[in-house]
Amino acid sequence: MSNTIKIKKGFDIKLKGKADLSIGKAVEASRYAVKPTEFSGLKPKLSVKADDIVQAGTPLFFDKAHPEVKFTSPVSGKVKSVNRGERRRILEIEIESDGKFESVDFSKGEIKTLDRETVKQTLLDSGLWPLMVQRPFGVIPKADETPRDIFITGFDSAPLAPDYEFTLKDEKENIQAGIDVLSKLTDGKVYLGLRPGSEFASLKGVEVNYFDGPHPAGNVGVQIHKTAPINKGDVVWTLNIQTLVYIGRLFSTAKLNLERLVAITGSEVKKTGYVKAIAGTAIKPLIENNTKKEVNERFISGNVLTGEKVEETGYTGLTQNQVTVIPEGDKIEPFGWISPGFNKFTASKTFLSKLMPKKEYTLNANYHGGERAFVISGQYEKVLPIDILPVYLLKAILVNDIDKMENMGIFEVIEEDMALCEYVCTSKIEVQSILRNGMDTMIKELG
Amino acid sequence: MKGQGIKKFYDKHRPKFEKGGKLHPFQSVFEGFETFLYVPDKTTKKGSHVRDYIDLKRTMIFVVLAVVPTMLFGMYNIGYQHFHAIGEFAQTGFWDVFFYGFLRVLPVIVVSYAVGLGIEFTFAQIKGHEINEGYLVSGILIPLIIPIDTPLWMVAVAVAFSVIIAKEAFGGTGMNIWNPALIARAFLFFAYPAHMSGDSVWIRLGQEADKVVDGFSGATPLGLALAGNIDYNVWDAFWGFIPGSIGETSTFAILLGAAFLIITGIGSWRIMLATVIGALFTGIILNIFAVNPFMEIPFWHHLFLGGFAFGAIFMTTDPVSAAQTNRGKWIYGILIGVLAIIIRVLNPAYPEGVMLAILLMNTFAPLIDHYVVQGNIRKRLKRAPATV
Repeated sequence: MSNTIKIKKGFDIKLKGKADLSIGKAVEASRYAVKPTEFSGLKPKLSVKADDIVQAGTPLFFDKAHPEVKFTSPVSGKVKSVNRGERRRILEIEIESDGKFESVDFSKGEIKTLDRETVKQTLLDSGLWPLMVQRPFGVIPKADETPRDIFITGFDSAPLAPDYEFTLKDEKENIQAGIDVLSKLTDGKVYLGLRPGSEFASLKGVEVNYFDGPHPAGNVGVQIHKTAPINKGDVVWTLNIQTLVYIGRLFSTAKLNLERLVAITGSEVKKTGYVKAIAGTAIKPLIENNTKKEVNERFISGNVLTGEKVEETGYTGLTQNQVTVIPEGDKIEPFGWISPGFNKFTASKTFLSKLMPKKEYTLNANYHGGERAFVISGQYEKVLPIDILPVYLLKAILVNDIDKMENMGIFEVIEEDMALCEYVCTSKIEVQSILRNGMDTMIKELG
Repeated sequence: MKGQGIKKFYDKHRPKFEKGGKLHPFQSVFEGFETFLYVPDKTTKKGSHVRDYIDLKRTMIFVVLAVVPTMLFGMYNIGYQHFHAIGEFAQTGFWDVFFYGFLRVLPVIVVSYAVGLGIEFTFAQIKGHEINEGYLVSGILIPLIIPIDTPLWMVAVAVAFSVIIAKEAFGGTGMNIWNPALIARAFLFFAYPAHMSGDSVWIRLGQEADKVVDGFSGATPLGLALAGNIDYNVWDAFWGFIPGSIGETSTFAILLGAAFLIITGIGSWRIMLATVIGALFTGIILNIFAVNPFMEIPFWHHLFLGGFAFGAIFMTTDPVSAAQTNRGKWIYGILIGVLAIIIRVLNPAYPEGVMLAILLMNTFAPLIDHYVVQGNIRKRLKRAPATV
């Protein structure tokens, strides 16, 4: 059974620098890292120290509150260093690859014969577990819970996002294996959200829904809302199709293999395209000699809405399959607030760029204005295809009113769903971090 | 690099205005002018890396641009009414007519901005935040909704009252319950009624009061209608050649502004349309049950008379004091339309109702929203048992 759901609300930011559908030379990266900062609500505790020898799948650290949730090395080699920030917070664990890509053996036998506990344990041991996201509140799933359903998004609609139909076209078997594995974890259904006309339509054991429309149609939160919304007390687990492939590979080859195609995108990239690399790889080899260097550049692991700002010497995240390079935009703009704006892309209708809807634009990381109180109404609703009242939810969070947050539907959204609200906001309100604070409060309150 | 010179100048003088600097009391002014000259180079640290080019300054400036046709016509109309009143219109050139009005309206605008922005800058300085752009709009709306003969000191008092009591006391732009411009108008209306209504305030006669032609009344069409004396040409009312507050008379000029606000998406078309629907509906009802000449005015004339059009386009759509939810906006607008015409026609004291209707609905907007929000919550709670 499947059906097509038309998403009307939302917005596609027309950025320059879409990844060309071609695969570049494989990157010989020797340095990798795992970043505890990529996961919200995580208190990392190390299980290795510098100079330890590791394989792909060897635990590097675990979650202090849930010791069964392990984070493992993506490659084999040596722990190079543990980098810490303020108050000795662990920022990243760097691994130097030995070039052999050996993995811990995770063989458990045929997928069909496995029971729920074995599947769970294998996912936990391999380090793939934390790549799944629990909803509500967008945290790592709890191992002792059984989710109502599992939702997989099969496409990414974010600006310049990788095209999984292209990057995973040879992975159908692993995708099917992943679905078979996941269906052991829930008594409910496994859902997969796809674009209409997708190549992945023929999968078994999964309820496929098609989503047509602008971003955030590819966000799993939107797909859940349109198919089986989350109510108070419900817990669902979510993942994207790339993680599903890792899970499929783990169970069919008994090895942890985080190799994937990374989309190299953004207006400041000379030649966009895809590069084969293992998750956690250093950014530098991916984009070396491939950025324009005309202005100060901002490197983002992920997309421009939810990605993480990284240094050129930094690392891609485990869950991000995209690197975006845009201008930093750290310069002033005389009388910018009154300029006609032929070159200024906008979701509003106040710049003449609106007359050229087909064009692609360069956007930088400037705020383009100062932060103000909520003034304009109705702006967020236009880009949020989830039936909540976003401003009322944010206000409930700002006044720390738990009941109200619940009533206003905080169970249904995480940061990525409201990232577009932040983009369009006239008052430059930090929507994503307000929402995160609200969700953290809820977690504390609900225990 | 274009414009880097001004930035250098600002960077050089910035320390003087920072805490401990000699000129610290003027920091808000300094920063206000800085962001006026250029959009700062501040870049995102968290959340979405890219942000839309629109900001509150541009939004507010667009509303001011939308008001410009009304303002220019208002200036012309002041001259037009003046020279008609003294019977010299035929001999006077277009620019003389316009400049007569221009020179009379300009001081009102200057006083409005000087007093309003002065208070805003002071509050920004005391509270230590950036200057909010809200007053850019209120500052031009206030002069346009008062009679030309309002003394300047009254304008100053009204502006001060509205900015301090109606806005800053609630926390500044974005926090106020009532539209500040209308509060200024209401303040004048209740504090100095003699200067705000009647037959003598709408037309500036000045030194030439003795030259008034025979049969001149100076009353607005609505004032006359209240007295049972229906005497106006509806097309004069549409184009705006009637006595009235400075900027309210020309429905045509206001429609230009409305088109601009709707095309740019700055003003809510929902509220505008709802207000007009509410007014037309009430006008028809009054026509059906008419017992006096005022009630017999064809229902659609109400859109062109008095301050209705100005209120419906520029006042109801103030995003802060209006309803915030889309459904709420329809209810809010329709009720304003209904109330405006009821107050206008059925209230025996004062033949205009838009101001009070909007202020009343400003008060109720949070209540309307409350019910819309409750509806949204109920919808979510309702589906819960179905899926569990």
